[in-house]
Amino acid sequence: MTWTAACTTDDIDPEDLIRWDHAGQSFALYHSPEGAFYATAGHCTHENVHLCDGLVMGHLVECPKHNGQFDYRTGEAKRLPACEALRIYPVKVEAGQVWVDLP
Amino acid sequence: MPKRDYSLLGPDGARAVETGLAAAEWYHSEVPRKVMKDLMQRSDAPAIRDTLLLYGTMLVSVTIAIWLWPSWASAPFWLVYGTLYGSASDSRWHECSHGTAFKTPWMNNAVYQIASFMIMRNSATWRWSHARHHTDTYIVGRDPEIAVMRPPELAKLVLNFFGVIDVIRFFPNLVYNALLGPNPEERTFVPQTEWGKVQRVAIIHLSIYAATVALAFWMGSILPLMVIGLPRMYGAWHHVMTGLLQHGGLADNVVDHRLNSRTVYMNPISRFIYWNMNYHVEHHMFPMVPFHALPKLHEAIRHDLPAPNRSIAEGFREMWPAFRRQLAYEDYFLKRELPPTARPYREEFHAISPGTPAPAAPAPNALPAE
Repeated sequence: MTWTAACTTDDIDPEDLIRWDHAGQSFALYHSPEGAFYATAGHCTHENVHLCDGLVMGHLVECPKHNGQFDYRTGEAKRLPACEALRIYPVKVEAGQVWVDLP
Repeated sequence: MPKRDYSLLGPDGARAVETGLAAAEWYHSEVPRKVMKDLMQRSDAPAIRDTLLLYGTMLVSVTIAIWLWPSWASAPFWLVYGTLYGSASDSRWHECSHGTAFKTPWMNNAVYQIASFMIMRNSATWRWSHARHHTDTYIVGRDPEIAVMRPPELAKLVLNFFGVIDVIRFFPNLVYNALLGPNPEERTFVPQTEWGKVQRVAIIHLSIYAATVALAFWMGSILPLMVIGLPRMYGAWHHVMTGLLQHGGLADNVVDHRLNSRTVYMNPISRFIYWNMNYHVEHHMFPMVPFHALPKLHEAIRHDLPAPNRSIAEGFREMWPAFRRQLAYEDYFLKRELPPTARPYREEFHAISPGTPAPAAPAPNALPAE
């Protein structure tokens, strides 16, 4: 496991997400309404669509193509057509920097 | 040029997978993130207003129609009721399947189930069918919702203005679904975990139709069927009229919705029935924008899109001759011109024609629009 600097806390608006590409992989980084940060795999588990253009509503992110929804805190699929959970990654914030723990 | 094979189990679908045309990354216009977030925001108010108006008008019109039955004076009221039942249910089914019509999930689901019944679609099957339609819009052998296959069967198109073909196909499949679950083609896009739901929905729909027919026999009148079932035929005209315009006569096997979808300006009544799906390029490019925000989205990206048709009639004047040309030459399609402000089409993405093994050259089947 490796802690990797991904972005600063100012890079993501509250209740929003950004795309983060690193070492040939793509991730989605989230800023929750209460100010916490989370990281998941970047692509929807239903089809190969990146979540970065989707809408964050509370603790849900929806796929911009088919409206599959996930709880980005747990990765749980919450609405069809998404059936499989989204992979999640540990996140920590230090001195305004968002770090993601990558395998 | 080989004929297109629209079967989801056929060689064209397999070729689309091999060449990367299936589940491809599609072109979309640039929209600033903040603007897009605003456009995607959900609201219950517009859909509640429209739903009360829709079901209220249906209730009043069918009550008067039954009261006047069997006089011909009831005909205008059946027309209103039937058009809302057999056409507005199509757009309600559609928007609620996307989950964007209402902000509150149970409202989306409730209207989705009612509309699915009215439009004679299995709510479990068609959720997945429509997901595939958005993944592989008008990709031959992948999209299960291609309304006009080439060469077009114009007689069937005309019959479907009265729902004839749809209804003839629906009932045998309903019985099949009720007995055995999804059919083999449906199993290519409905996950196995949902097969039981497909069967349960079919049993419920079949039971309602059986009860309606039994009531008609008991009453010795078709009146119950005028209320449930037949409106899907005598009221289908509007959703077929608007539905044909969505993609009719345009390109297939491309990954740019500007090439295969059509935006048409419409009168306010048609936009109410159709729930703004006349902004069809915009809807396909950004399917999570709710119906009530599509006019704003249109304004935001119209500089990057072909000019919309100015009316339903103008759309048909463009589309119908294309259908007629496809009778003799099925590779013909209307290639819509982009304005100078638009990013150009990427021809290398659109070189895969039905029957050709791999992309090699610019699309040979493009002829200028007439």
